[in-house]
Amino acid sequence: MKSITVFFIAIFIANISIAQTIEVCNTCPVSTLKEAITQSKDFDTIIVKKGTYKEHSIFIDKSLTIIGKNYPVIDGEKKGEIITIKADNVTVDGLFIINVGTSYTEDYAAIRVRNSKNFVIQNLVLENLFFGIYIEKSRDGKVYHNKIIGDAVEEYNSGNGIQLWYSKNVEIEHNYVEHVRDGIYLEFSDDCLIKNNISTLNVRYGLHFMFSNDDIYQDNTFENNGAGVAVMFSKRIKMYNNLFKENWGTASYGMLLKEINDAEIIGNIFEDNTIGINIEGSNRITYKHNNFSNNGWAIKVKGACYANTFTENNFLYNSFDIAYNSNVNDNVFDKNYWSNYTGYDLDKNGIGDIPYRPVKLFSYIVNRTPETIILLRSMFIDIIDFSEKVSPVFTPDDLLDNNPQIKKLTW
Amino acid sequence: MRSRWSYVYFAFYLLLGVVLLFLNNDLSKAVITLMNVIIVLVPLIGTIFGVMYYYNSQEFTELLLAQPIKRSSIFLGQYLGVALSLSMSLILGLGIPFVFYGLFESSAIWDFSLLLITGTFLTLIFTALAFNIALSNENKIKGFGYAILLWLFLAVIYDGLFLMTLILFEDYPLDKVSLIGTMLNPIDLSRTLILLKLDISALLGYTGAVFKQFFGTSFGLIVSFVMLTIWVVMPVLRIVFKSKKKDF
Repeated sequence: MKSITVFFIAIFIANISIAQTIEVCNTCPVSTLKEAITQSKDFDTIIVKKGTYKEHSIFIDKSLTIIGKNYPVIDGEKKGEIITIKADNVTVDGLFIINVGTSYTEDYAAIRVRNSKNFVIQNLVLENLFFGIYIEKSRDGKVYHNKIIGDAVEEYNSGNGIQLWYSKNVEIEHNYVEHVRDGIYLEFSDDCLIKNNISTLNVRYGLHFMFSNDDIYQDNTFENNGAGVAVMFSKRIKMYNNLFKENWGTASYGMLLKEINDAEIIGNIFEDNTIGINIEGSNRITYKHNNFSNNGWAIKVKGACYANTFTENNFLYNSFDIAYNSNVNDNVFDKNYWSNYTGYDLDKNGIGDIPYRPVKLFSYIVNRTPETIILLRSMFIDIIDFSEKVSPVFTPDDLLDNNPQIKKLTW
Repeated sequence: MRSRWSYVYFAFYLLLGVVLLFLNNDLSKAVITLMNVIIVLVPLIGTIFGVMYYYNSQEFTELLLAQPIKRSSIFLGQYLGVALSLSMSLILGLGIPFVFYGLFESSAIWDFSLLLITGTFLTLIFTALAFNIALSNENKIKGFGYAILLWLFLAVIYDGLFLMTLILFEDYPLDKVSLIGTMLNPIDLSRTLILLKLDISALLGYTGAVFKQFFGTSFGLIVSFVMLTIWVVMPVLRIVFKSKKKDF
């Protein structure tokens, strides 16, 4: 009998040592998150009850699961970084983190993951932040269902919502980011998936890639940012079914591509942007099944862009469909629908009988003298556009869509 | 005479509206096409109609002048009669097909009302200008010639000169110049007003602060309407002034 009791106790102790649960609340024996972490061992669970915890510089150096019940508030009192994760297999769930310190020498974040694997950061709400979720030199993590609300006004003294630096294979899904510098920022980060996020009202970019390859972003919404998405110096990025909307301003665009090679841009919607896509030095990109509607410029090509193909896109009621700043063209436009197309289809095969020229003389003039934009849609401009259409001099004469569609494409 | 021609005018706009909607099946595209019509055709019709009406009713006018009626009320009455009946034809002729098409449930209703308002302004302005030309020229052929020339100048040539100036002086800051240039021509002004609604995305792409203030806020809308009103009032005042002094 005694031995059985001992056996049970032994099992009980063993159980505790394997997965202990520590509760933290304002009146509990353990009243701070820091204390709980010091007492815990690997693979423990810490449950944080509702309340306010004034803590910062919390280091998580064990494989812990931290779960907040009813969104406990972790208030950093603007004193610096709040949570730093330095161990593998850490899960942080359901916290309300506010007041991250601002610094001009260090990037303080609400939650930072450093040199870790298999982390999960989910259901967090971050407010009053400098950087939100900062993932550096980590891999195989998940960032789900977080809400990041910043108060950024200027670029120089604000941080990014979700930032990845030298990280690999991170999934970022269903997050909502607003009022920060860059909603989501990837630098030297490969094989990441960014899906179903909403990034809006940010000072700079909704999503920003730098030197990151083989990433996918899809089904995201980028609305009313300084500029929607900037993809720079990256290779093989896949961009599917995103919505770029109302990115208005003098240097604003739905998407900026700079030094991008071998990307795929499929099924996206560009609506009411000053410039839908601004392309510079980007090669071998496939544009397919995109909708460009009511943009100032649907696509602005700034030069050094070769072997791009634009097929089966809809260009609807843009002030300018395509703008080129040179008369050399190496890109293919085929089978698109252009709402400005004025040709006819006598053989009724759904394809216009005369090719469409998407680049107008006026867009060339506006490139040279921007003030002339005020003459947009004037009768005189229509006349000179027509004469340029008949015999191209200033615009690339081989830039033609030979198979313009008669009806708007659906897919 | 007046009523018959305004029926023709009305029928023309009715047909135009129906055909546009029938061919396009898309309200926002139809609004763009209509804009082209309004800024080109409305001034032309207003000009021709005004001149024609004045010359046709000249003898009757002289008869009226023998009666104890104030000169200004005779000429203003004639002007308003032409201008308002043209405006009514425009508003009803374009309005009816669009209303039947489901304008009130559409988001394009503001764009469309703006089109009609600018169209009405243009009718008022160009009829007044035509009356001015007719009052100053006894010779009908000359009068017609000047009227057509005026339309051609404001609708096409002005923009050409404007464009040349902008390109010629491209090294200088031009945003103020281009805005003032627009203000001085009622057709350009109406076009800009409509552009503020249709192509705002493109217009916001330009960096100039004056542009931004003009296009980004309701300031532009207000200034444009004030300018259009001035454009109506000035020629009308000249009609009153000229008609008082003229010998018949």
